Amino acid sequence: MSSHGSYYLPDPSPYPVITSAGLFSLALGFVLWINEVALGSWLMLLGAAIIIVMMFRWFGTVVSESEAGTYDKQVDFSFRWSMAWFIFSEIMFFGAFFGALFYIRMFAVPWLGDTELLWPGFEADWPTAGPEGPIALQPHEVPGPGQFTPMAAWGIPALNTLILLSSGVTITFAHWGLLKDNRGQLITFQFLTIVLGILFLVLQVEEYVHAYTELDLTLKAGVYGATFFMLTGFHGLHVTMGTIMLIVILVRCMKGHFTPQRHFGFEAVAWYWHFVDVVWLLLFVFVYWFL
Amino acid sequence: MFMLRLAKLRHALLRVTSAVSLFFVSTLAFAEYGFNLQPPVTPIAREILNLHNAIMIVCAVIFVIVFGAMFYAVFAHRKSRGHKASDFDESTKVEIVWTVVPFLILVGMAIPSTATLLKMDDVTESDLTIKITGYQWKWHYEYMDKGVSFFSVLATPRDEIGRPMFSSTGFKAGDAKNANYLLQVDKPLVLPVDQKIRFLVTTNDVLHAWWVPQIGIKKDGIPGFINQMWARIEQPGTYRGQCAELCGKDHGFMPIVLDAVSEQDFNAWLEQEKAMMAAAAAGADREWAKAELLEKGKETYDKVCASCHQPNGQGIAGVFPAIAGSKVATGPLDEHLHLVMAGKPGTAMQAFGPQLDDVALAAVITYQRNAFGNNTGDLVQPSRIKALRK
Amino acid sequence: MATAATAHHDEHPYGIMRWLCTTNHKDIGTLYLWFAFIMFFVGGAMAMVIRAELFQPGLQVVDPHFFNQMTTLHALVMIFGAVMPAFVGLANWQIPMMIGAPDMALPRLNNWSFWLLPFAATLLLGGLFAPGGGPAAGWTIYPPLSVQGGMGTDFTILAIHTLGISSVLGALNIIATILNMRAPGLTLMKMPLFVWTWLITAYLLLAVMPVLAGVVTMLLTDRHFGTHFFDPAGGGDPVLFQHVFWFFGHPEVYILILPAFGVISQILPTFSRKPLFGYDSMVYATGSIAFLSFVVWAHHMFTVGLPTAGELFFMYMTMLIAVPTGVKVFNWVSTMWRGSMTFETPMLFAIGFVFLFTIGGLSGLMLAIVPADFQYHDTYFVVAHFHYVLFSGSIMAIMGAVYYWLPKWTGNMYNEAQGKWHFWLTAIFFNITFFPQHFLGLAGMPRRIPDYALQFTEFNVWSSIGAFGLGLTQLLFLYIVVRTIRGGKKATDRVWEGAHGLEWTLPSPPPYHTFATPPKVD
Ligand code: HEA
Ligand code: HEA
Ligand code: HEC
Ligand code: CUA
Ligand SMILES: [Cu+2]
Repeated sequence: MSSHGSYYLPDPSPYPVITSAGLFSLALGFVLWINEVALGSWLMLLGAAIIIVMMFRWFGTVVSESEAGTYDKQVDFSFRWSMAWFIFSEIMFFGAFFGALFYIRMFAVPWLGDTELLWPGFEADWPTAGPEGPIALQPHEVPGPGQFTPMAAWGIPALNTLILLSSGVTITFAHWGLLKDNRGQLITFQFLTIVLGILFLVLQVEEYVHAYTELDLTLKAGVYGATFFMLTGFHGLHVTMGTIMLIVILVRCMKGHFTPQRHFGFEAVAWYWHFVDVVWLLLFVFVYWFL
Repeated sequence: MFMLRLAKLRHALLRVTSAVSLFFVSTLAFAEYGFNLQPPVTPIAREILNLHNAIMIVCAVIFVIVFGAMFYAVFAHRKSRGHKASDFDESTKVEIVWTVVPFLILVGMAIPSTATLLKMDDVTESDLTIKITGYQWKWHYEYMDKGVSFFSVLATPRDEIGRPMFSSTGFKAGDAKNANYLLQVDKPLVLPVDQKIRFLVTTNDVLHAWWVPQIGIKKDGIPGFINQMWARIEQPGTYRGQCAELCGKDHGFMPIVLDAVSEQDFNAWLEQEKAMMAAAAAGADREWAKAELLEKGKETYDKVCASCHQPNGQGIAGVFPAIAGSKVATGPLDEHLHLVMAGKPGTAMQAFGPQLDDVALAAVITYQRNAFGNNTGDLVQPSRIKALRK
Repeated sequence: MATAATAHHDEHPYGIMRWLCTTNHKDIGTLYLWFAFIMFFVGGAMAMVIRAELFQPGLQVVDPHFFNQMTTLHALVMIFGAVMPAFVGLANWQIPMMIGAPDMALPRLNNWSFWLLPFAATLLLGGLFAPGGGPAAGWTIYPPLSVQGGMGTDFTILAIHTLGISSVLGALNIIATILNMRAPGLTLMKMPLFVWTWLITAYLLLAVMPVLAGVVTMLLTDRHFGTHFFDPAGGGDPVLFQHVFWFFGHPEVYILILPAFGVISQILPTFSRKPLFGYDSMVYATGSIAFLSFVVWAHHMFTVGLPTAGELFFMYMTMLIAVPTGVKVFNWVSTMWRGSMTFETPMLFAIGFVFLFTIGGLSGLMLAIVPADFQYHDTYFVVAHFHYVLFSGSIMAIMGAVYYWLPKWTGNMYNEAQGKWHFWLTAIFFNITFFPQHFLGLAGMPRRIPDYALQFTEFNVWSSIGAFGLGLTQLLFLYIVVRTIRGGKKATDRVWEGAHGLEWTLPSPPPYHTFATPPKVD
């Protein structure tokens, strides 16, 4: 480590460039894989492996630097600013998909319904899979061929809303535990949060299986299917990431890494978790509830 | 009251600008170099030209003032002339002035623009409706409620265009080019003058845009949706335009030619078209000889299919498959028929069933199965296509 | 006052490892700038192919499918490979020095942001060698055409994802650096304008790069996983893509120009020997432009058949942008007014910028007028507009910045006579290339075509000749830069008589680590 004043400046590091190479391998492999070219899946595996190893090393370094007390208040602020604005960029990513959903529901589908010349007889009711897709089943209809059933809001989705909302509460309790230096409370509630996160994911998988096997609701079921699965799917991906991050933080809590004064790692993950939570609320309202 | 004054202002502005634009049109448009928009032949196109000239002049004046000042400073306030720097660095007063004045200029521009736009978007009370459908790479015109429809494709011969150095076929310079090089079609859109014509624009595959500069309208065709626009052509004549939205390889080879004729001529033309269409439909019922089918097939192939699969049937590697030795064109006939009639969704291979008549389909499939070294010997009769359609 | 840390013995590696592993903002800045330079040549070479084909009517050089790939990649390479990285490179070199920080806030992340780029470029250009060739649907990759293409389009999509990650990380870093690392006493309203414009640009990046990532993801799933976002048969709409793309795309063009505004606002006061006129209003104008950029996107889509109210809204909003941009232009002119000007190469580029960018801005204003845009849209008038703002805007500002700061970076003066030659040849050839394109567009020549009707011949000949001259001139630029790095007259610390700001208090070249203890600003 070199010293350039109080602000911590890391030494040269090979992690970023190797991570980039891993990402390249993953991307290249992915392109080859979706185009059914040999080696694609192997390249993807290789890329993923490189990235995972690098993340371990990189974050490991950050954690040990943090534990060694190399980060002063100013460095801590750099982390805070960048985490906060990173979450903002994630919001914009979801914004693209929400925007697509609103545009489709408010403009595209009604216009298709008005285009009698091209799509005679097409009724512009949401949910829809479009003029040539399967037809959405109305309540109390018996499913027939060429039909799909929209996802109901008041089953698993409502339960999942409850779960995520509670997890927002439990992580706050964990934070309070941390602030009071009550390790028992911290670890218990952090653990509970993780359990809720996993429960959410299990139910989400259950819902997908249900959609595919019983409702004929698939990614290919027109715009309804596309927006439904892409929005909930990316959200699920973020919950997965969040849960992994929660687990890492739990381990660090158990190792006694955080103090009531300094625990940016914990807070960053808590912010992230709240963000995932809020996205879900929007999903619940606009994807499941207001059909 | 306010609105009234604005309207007056607008009229005054328009009068000035039309005078100026008349000057531009008369002096420049016929020069060898076209410096400005093409001469308008509809009221809308004329309004656009005026608007264009007006804003261009306003911009030019602003430009001259701002850079007059700047260049004065550049020449007068230079160190080499011993000019000493002042140190003023703000003045709320001028800041306000150069915020408000441009804003007012913009308002002045927005008003006539809005008026023209409102006129353009009013498609009610039309006399005739034409449905335009873009295809890769041709236009289809349907005279709604008149029973006439046809395709219109580029008529410039390949040899005139030439072949590029870096292509599979090797360099061949294009022949001498005629005056309407790339702007000529096999069958122009014929329209009557002095009628409000409504156009419905859509496409069958990717985006295209229908644009004839002299009538002042351009609109994208979007598959699955219909856009509307209108024109009232004032002078008989031939007007040329091009597809204006990138639509793939032959986007540059998708011209539009429009013949504006008197109402009598238009009606006579309609009758003639109807008779021709009836004659073509009758051809589907008789038995066709092989040579006849092959001849008609080659004609259709060169006109419709060759832009992708290439005149020699070799296709373009990785983009358009070869017909020569193709599994489909030498395999079971039913699959071939199905592919050509229904197309392959998600690829550039369109459904030709709705586009071509029974004879053309039968002929082109026969041709593909017997040309480029494909020796299946299969014959497809138009009657078979007719039966398949049911 | 300069506090170059001299005592410490850095064990930073040498040779290739130095560049691969570096966490130093100056090294990373250098990497960014070289990467941008190479990409500028790659994109420029593609432009040469385009101009060669358009030299004469008829097809002579490449077939239409390849022509479309060139158009597409030329734009993607120039925008994502040349201009954006060049500005990030300038930010890396300058922002820490201008605000008195020891380095960027997150140096390892900084390295990562850079090293994603060469890989992304490999993906982007690699598409050319895939079966079916590279992306050919224009840089705007509109579906359904982009759904048809071969593997090249998938490469492009993944390249865009990678570039997006790089930009977002870079933006985070810049925000954290500017907000958190300023020397004591350097309040926000005292920051150099280049820093301000970059702060705002960074927010634009954060807001729109993820949106681009989202929309190309939808394109990817439409291509390969059976979704119907852009397919009307399944209830989707191709126009949806355009809305989301331009929600990214319009702010993107300000991402490409705001740092240029910053550069110009540094250079003009230096050579006018007079403070920047209207500093506060410059900051507010930049903010207003950024804000307005989010509500004008559909001006790229006037011909898709928007409802009338929509067209009017987007027309009015777009026109409004002329007001804050005008404020900037007027402020620049007032900065020069009654100064004591000298005309070294950076100043020439800055003046060239103000003059030529305004031409592009005014043609932009014309494009905003909906009825007129029906005639301009997708013609060479648009091509002329955006090369005036992108080449004589962004690229000339970058060149000016390089001449302005190169003596600081290398410790050597460039050759002034050669610099002037470079400027004049660039400015002249640029205008020969792109001014006639206005006329071509008005006369009716569509863009993105490999061959054209005979009445467009003369101006295309002019344009192609200009383009070849413009290209060759850039070889001179390369020569000057390399010569300056290798030697030349030694530069003083202040370099320019009228230069103000923290970076000029450092030695030229500045030591590897600077401002280890923050300077005091009053
Ligand atoms: C750096 C990049 C950049 C910049 C800064 C701009 C700036 C502007 N652009 Fe441009 N634009 C592009 C890059 C850029 N553009 C690109 C790449 C495309 C094409 C994309 C594609 O399709 O591939 C495009 C296309 C484009 C279109 C779509 C055209 C079409 O496809 O039909 C429009 C329409 O409104 C437009 C408008 C504007 C306006 C109003 C500004 C304004 O910001 C300009 C403001 C500046 C001034 C007006 C000059 C200075 C002001 C004064 C001196 C004050 C006084 C003036 C008055 C009161 C008039 N641009
Ligand atoms: C920052 C952005 C940027 C820059 C700098 C440029 C620079 C140039 N562009 Fe750019 N261009 C775009 C962005 C840019 N362009 C965009 C966004 C499009 C729209 C694409 C689309 O429609 O999808 C476009 C489209 C476009 C077209 C329209 C293509 C079409 O519609 O089919 C043309 C045609 O003339 C063109 C020409 C040029 C030229 C001659 C240069 C020159 O300035 C380049 C000069 C530089 C060099 C030449 C490199 C240096 C020198 C060498 C490599 C040495 C070798 C030299 C020789 C052999 C002579 N460009
Ligand atoms: C706009 C481009 C285009 C045009 C015009 C076109 N095709 Fe095709 N065609 C394609 C593409 C792309 C495919 C490959 C589809 C796929 O991915 O399987 C194809 C495939 C085919 C095949 C199958 C070849 C094989 O071995 O897979 C046949 C047969 C065929 N087309 C016949 C025709 C006929 C007949 C016409 C004219 C009437 C025609 N095509 C016009 C683009 C075109
Ligand atoms: Cu059709 Cu371009
Ligand atoms: Cu824009």
